[in-house]
Amino acid sequence: MKKHSVPLGLLVLMAAVHFALFIVRPDKAREVMSTAGNYFLEMIAILPPILVLVGLFDAWVPRRVIEAAMGKGSGVKGALFAILAGTAGMGPLYAGFPLAKSLLGKGASLTNMTIFICAWASIKIPMILFEIKFLGGAFAGVRLALTLPCIIAIGVLLNRILNRRTPHETKCA
Amino acid sequence: MLFTAILWGAAAAGLVFSFLKNKDKSQRALGAARKMLESMAWLVLLTIWSIGFILAFLPPEAVSRAIGPGSGIKGVAVAAFFGSIVLIQAFIAFPLAGSFLRQGAGVEAIAAFVTTLVMVGILTAPLEAGFFGKRFALWRNVLSFIFAIVIALAMGVVLG
Repeated sequence: MKKHSVPLGLLVLMAAVHFALFIVRPDKAREVMSTAGNYFLEMIAILPPILVLVGLFDAWVPRRVIEAAMGKGSGVKGALFAILAGTAGMGPLYAGFPLAKSLLGKGASLTNMTIFICAWASIKIPMILFEIKFLGGAFAGVRLALTLPCIIAIGVLLNRILNRRTPHETKCA
Repeated sequence: MLFTAILWGAAAAGLVFSFLKNKDKSQRALGAARKMLESMAWLVLLTIWSIGFILAFLPPEAVSRAIGPGSGIKGVAVAAFFGSIVLIQAFIAFPLAGSFLRQGAGVEAIAAFVTTLVMVGILTAPLEAGFFGKRFALWRNVLSFIFAIVIALAMGVVLG
């Protein structure tokens, strides 16, 4: 992520497209602006405290704790720990990335880190409650029961695939 | 929102506690937070701008028509596709999916939509790649997509 040139180029391109849209379809251009604006406000509202919490986690939780709980030899216990940590997650998936990165840096295995991300994405407790309310207990329950083994499978498979060659690439800074 | 208030409260309480216990460590924590923000900023901006474009040109009615009542097995494929590209918060997506379900949409299609929506993120993939590398982002999303389809079809069998 050191190279900012690609996203920066894309941003310029988007600004140009957006500007053109203002001339051709001002209504759509305004819609794009208000939607993006809303998401921007949402990001501003949640990113700073999340990053501060991740920073504190980084500074205070010792490496050996994470290594013991979610490291290479942690086995089933490590996977369960990763799932529990993920379900306790709050906020959207991109908010979980910095914490997952920090877990990896502190010695969590790639499998468990992936399980953590997937659990955060799909079976956070606040989200499950919402799902039960709107889609019903049976729907939410069956989806949860099917998702759990799939998450573990994704973690194991991803680790196999990425470690076949250039395993260090996954740990890029 | 309550969730946001809890986050800010927890971060503030954590910082105060941290500074009282160890000033150096706390400053390091803040430095790490700032560095993360700097490395994410451009991609975050790019992501939300893309969301603005996509939602403006892909109205909910289009999604509704594609995976709504009577869309059948083709609905599963379309639902998984939409679920992978759009980025909607759960508090909008679940009520929407619930209304489709009550209107007679297939359980498979709704399950495919909800599961890909939460697990697969094409829009957030560049951000994910920034953190964990391109291959990780690619394969995590590909595997999640495949398993989301499996989950959706299995749900159709169990609940359909």
